[in-house]
Amino acid sequence: MKMSDSAIVATGIGKTFNGNTDNAVVALDGIDLTVEPGEFVSLIGPSGCGKSTMLRVFGDLISPTEGTVEVFGKSAAQARLDRDYGMAFQKAGLFDWRKVSANIELPLELAGWSKDRRSYRSAEMLSLVKLQEFADHYPWQLSGGMQQRVAIARALSFEPKLLLMDEPFGALDEMTREHMQVELLRIYEQLGTTVVFVTHSIPEAAFLSDRVVVLSPRPGRIHSIIDVDLGKRDENTRESAEFFAMTTEVREALRSVEAMS
Amino acid sequence: MKSRLAPIWPPIVVGVLFMALWEGMVRLLDVKEFLLPKPSSIVQAVGDQWTPLRIAGWETGKTAVVGLLIGVIAGALLALVVSRFGWLRGSVTPLAVALNATPIIALAPIFNAWFGITDFRSNAAVVIVVVFFPVFINTGKGLSEVEPNQIELMRSLAASETTVLRMVRIPNALPFFLTSLRLAAPLSVIAAIVAEYFGGPQNRLGPFITQNASFSRYANAWAAIVVASAIGLALFAASALVEKLAMPWKRPESITA
Repeated sequence: MKMSDSAIVATGIGKTFNGNTDNAVVALDGIDLTVEPGEFVSLIGPSGCGKSTMLRVFGDLISPTEGTVEVFGKSAAQARLDRDYGMAFQKAGLFDWRKVSANIELPLELAGWSKDRRSYRSAEMLSLVKLQEFADHYPWQLSGGMQQRVAIARALSFEPKLLLMDEPFGALDEMTREHMQVELLRIYEQLGTTVVFVTHSIPEAAFLSDRVVVLSPRPGRIHSIIDVDLGKRDENTRESAEFFAMTTEVREALRSVEAMS
Repeated sequence: MKSRLAPIWPPIVVGVLFMALWEGMVRLLDVKEFLLPKPSSIVQAVGDQWTPLRIAGWETGKTAVVGLLIGVIAGALLALVVSRFGWLRGSVTPLAVALNATPIIALAPIFNAWFGITDFRSNAAVVIVVVFFPVFINTGKGLSEVEPNQIELMRSLAASETTVLRMVRIPNALPFFLTSLRLAAPLSVIAAIVAEYFGGPQNRLGPFITQNASFSRYANAWAAIVVASAIGLALFAASALVEKLAMPWKRPESITA
């Protein structure tokens, strides 16, 4: 097999749950997608379109029934064992019994970093997500948005090559969500990581992404891929004509998905 | 930090008022002492019978504590084993839930036959079995009911099953385990005394209650019940303290009786 420089090369991915039974569900069918290093790609689509499944196939949490996933020229399984993935979910999923700093240090503990290096890095990450003064707090003492920032700091603490995010801002209120999007872009630009981002929010996908992958449901297929180029984004971007044009384009694509099904 | 526990005076006020009402009603309605002794008679009986009560309370307390410790450790250990091996979870846990619903105390005469009618192990065995199930079931719940995302996160970081058990499942189960401990502690005293009704050594609270009741010395029987309550409360308080110390991360209002 030819070694690929791409971050993800997914070829002919299919996933059927409960195969060989009456309840068989084809979640994904014939997915071909390439993600380049440093790219920010969003997956969007109606519920049941398999976007979360696709993310998990990329992360080797679910194995596909058909096709192959190559991550930085290796199998997804090898990439997982090499700890190439950082993950964040809709629920922050912080560990109640760990202080904020210890939550961020969890991946570093697993990777066998020394105590000194770990505390140095968690301090760095905390200042990156602007939560320096909360290092010794427990998760319950933080608001939902702050917890999500800690989860992102945790996902990025060990500088994974690929960040997989499953509706990470889905549970936040609109204003917090918009702040978090700006924060995420700032961190992403600073660290130069690759991001695959599942969302069901049209403005979120348009605001964050280099490319928006629109999926259609039952079975989950790629309907279209929309290139986005909003350049340097800030809060003013949201009120620009370009941003409006992009959200309209994504919305039109989703409407035609709906019309199909 | 402010006290994590609710203020202590409201239950005391209510308790004192209840005692006063009890005393007043018994005097006013001239209730016979063998039906319901006055609180003052019970207090006096505690004083009069202090030496036998102290010995009986100490012995029954030991049975309860020994049974509690063994039952709790066994329940937690088996929960760990079962959670580590999926094929056990499907078979052992439903069985335990079913056994937990049976009146285990009915085993007391059987244990008398196994360990001897005057052997304290007959009583302790009842306590062990009674305590075991809630601890096993609750701890097992805590070990398995982990947020799916947290397991996915650990897997994405290439953590082994053993690491997941150590870093996620066990700490996740700790509040469940400690809650079951708080339930099991008073339960152990109940189990010890009921077991003692059926057999075991004689210098215990169980026989003390049955003997005094059979001679219509009800104030003495009530005095033994007061001592038993005190032991139950002490064990409950100890387990609540363990709960508080073992989980410094808990949000304060979540620790309540």
